[in-house]
Amino acid sequence: MTSSYLAISNIKKSFNTPEGGTVHALDDVTLDIQSGEFFVMLGPSGCGKTTLLRSIAGLEYPDSGVITLDGQRIDDIPAYNRPVNTVFQSYALFPHMTVAQNIAFGLEMEKLDKAEITSRVGLALEQVKLAGYEKRKSSQLSGGQAQRVALARALAKKPKVLLLDEPLSALDLKLRRGMQIELKRLQQETGITFVFVTHDQEEAMSMGDRIAVFNSGKVVQLDTPREIYRRPVNSFVADFIGETNLLDGVAGTDGITLPGGGMLLRSQVAEDCAIPDSGAITVAIRPEDFEITDTHGAITGTVRDSIFTGDTVRIHVTVTPEVEVAVSLPSYGARIPDRGEKVSLSPSGNSARTVAS
Amino acid sequence: MTAINVATESPALQNEQMRPGQTSPRLALPTVLFLVATIAVPIAITFVYSFLSTADIGTGVKWDFTLSAYRHLFVQDKLDGTTAFDTRYVKVIWNSFVYSAITTVVTLILSLPIAMWIATRAESARNFLVAAVTLPFWISILIRTYGLRQLIDDNGPVGGVFHRLGLDYHIIYTPTATVIGLIYVFLPFMILPIYASAERFDFSLAEAGYDLGAKRMTVFRKIVLPSIRPGIISGIALVFIPALGSFLQSDMLGGGKANMIANVIANQFGQSRNWPFGCALSVLLIGLTVLFVQIIRGISARSGDQVNLV
Repeated sequence: MTSSYLAISNIKKSFNTPEGGTVHALDDVTLDIQSGEFFVMLGPSGCGKTTLLRSIAGLEYPDSGVITLDGQRIDDIPAYNRPVNTVFQSYALFPHMTVAQNIAFGLEMEKLDKAEITSRVGLALEQVKLAGYEKRKSSQLSGGQAQRVALARALAKKPKVLLLDEPLSALDLKLRRGMQIELKRLQQETGITFVFVTHDQEEAMSMGDRIAVFNSGKVVQLDTPREIYRRPVNSFVADFIGETNLLDGVAGTDGITLPGGGMLLRSQVAEDCAIPDSGAITVAIRPEDFEITDTHGAITGTVRDSIFTGDTVRIHVTVTPEVEVAVSLPSYGARIPDRGEKVSLSPSGNSARTVAS
Repeated sequence: MTAINVATESPALQNEQMRPGQTSPRLALPTVLFLVATIAVPIAITFVYSFLSTADIGTGVKWDFTLSAYRHLFVQDKLDGTTAFDTRYVKVIWNSFVYSAITTVVTLILSLPIAMWIATRAESARNFLVAAVTLPFWISILIRTYGLRQLIDDNGPVGGVFHRLGLDYHIIYTPTATVIGLIYVFLPFMILPIYASAERFDFSLAEAGYDLGAKRMTVFRKIVLPSIRPGIISGIALVFIPALGSFLQSDMLGGGKANMIANVIANQFGQSRNWPFGCALSVLLIGLTVLFVQIIRGISARSGDQVNLV
């Protein structure tokens, strides 16, 4: 276990709502971020991830808790003295300055000499592939270019930690995919620790070395993308990360009785999931983990619709009037059931999981 | 093809050459005539009269072309037939300029913090505070100036405080009183345009400056100030130019000792009965106004800001 680089301990922050209530934006959050890591904070809007990022930047002051960076306590240092820099969601480029002046701003604040500033501005622009754009005004940039300038401006400061607040949310899908790859490359090239906030689980999965999933001001799960996808700790994570069918079952000695009366055998549930002998329990099965079985499967129902999406076919199966499951089948090979057809479904292998509700 | 179809389907559009929402120039005609009669014609009369002679008896002008009104600005004819450089009117113009400049600087210093403060409040509070700033407009300027006179009078409440502290106090009927009156009247005209700029300011820019290592004052100087510069330039124009031609404050608070151009102009049409000279002073005032508008225009064009002046 490597020692933590950016350590966030017991951070609490609450806001008063206009209605007179109190919202715990951060409810006793503790996180250890490693040096050189691409760390993602993921969660729905209002979950506290941005508040935590701003607390690390020094733009927000937590009510209590400690933040240390490289062994030094930083939560009592003003933002202008913290060795961290932020890429803002809105980019926040200074409109009255050129690209070069924007990037040079932070370096001038460090009172570096002119030659040093010029060379670092040039290097930063090269890093984000915008060499030659020095003289442009920020109003003359496209969204993708403005994004790169914001990145260059923060990177030029050579921060110990780069904080990114949903930096790609304003870009269109294709540009976003390109920037995801580029950010990952930049992070590996510079070796700078990235802390990246997003509400887009796909973005989080494709970029993060580790992901902290936030909900209601708490970190509900902290793990690698693969582990979070395969072993969600509760129904919130299972539902938020990827797509999951959450089914209310009743535990028994043989297994779990699912809606519609089908039986999910204990052997079909992942080994690390505990199943009590009785009581209500929530079962999570990913759409792609379903197989169509000839015999009595765990779930039987009628195909309501089937949608061809290219590599897969998605079908929705009505189990009971209240319960419907989504199934994703490879579009080649296996026979695709028709609409209205009765099908029997089972999780492949032991891919079903029980989750805390 | 499409264009032809549209035209044939709606002949009205074709005939009038009008787009939806556009109104006929004929509707604007009464207003145009009114403005010509009340602005253009008087300015033209003022300009023409400034080159005429004083009437032999009573008020008015005599239709003899002369430059004596302009000469009168700088030259004094003495009773013994000699002439001398007359500093009185140059001094009045200079005083007007200085009072307006002080007013502009003081209102700017007072307005920046309050405008920024209002701009950073919640929306409901902002609307209330802006209404509070415009509240004085609801009361006649004459009444407000009377009120101010009572306030700063030697026997007024302010004087009372000074008196009780055993301090000398005399402000009324001095240039200081005039400037206080100007600052009081023109303050909202500085606050409002600065506030309008500050309200549009994206405060994440200030956060970015802070994040990049700039301290509070540097953020204000290098990021906030350039962003609200259009509002500052508008405010300067809206305060300095009307202040230059103001009459009431020097008349009521300055003691009517003719210490601004407008008071001298008023005198020429009253006691002094020298209409051509009053017109020449007015032409000079208009000229100064145009000059300052152009200077401010030039500054705003050079800095690339969008400033709406006139």
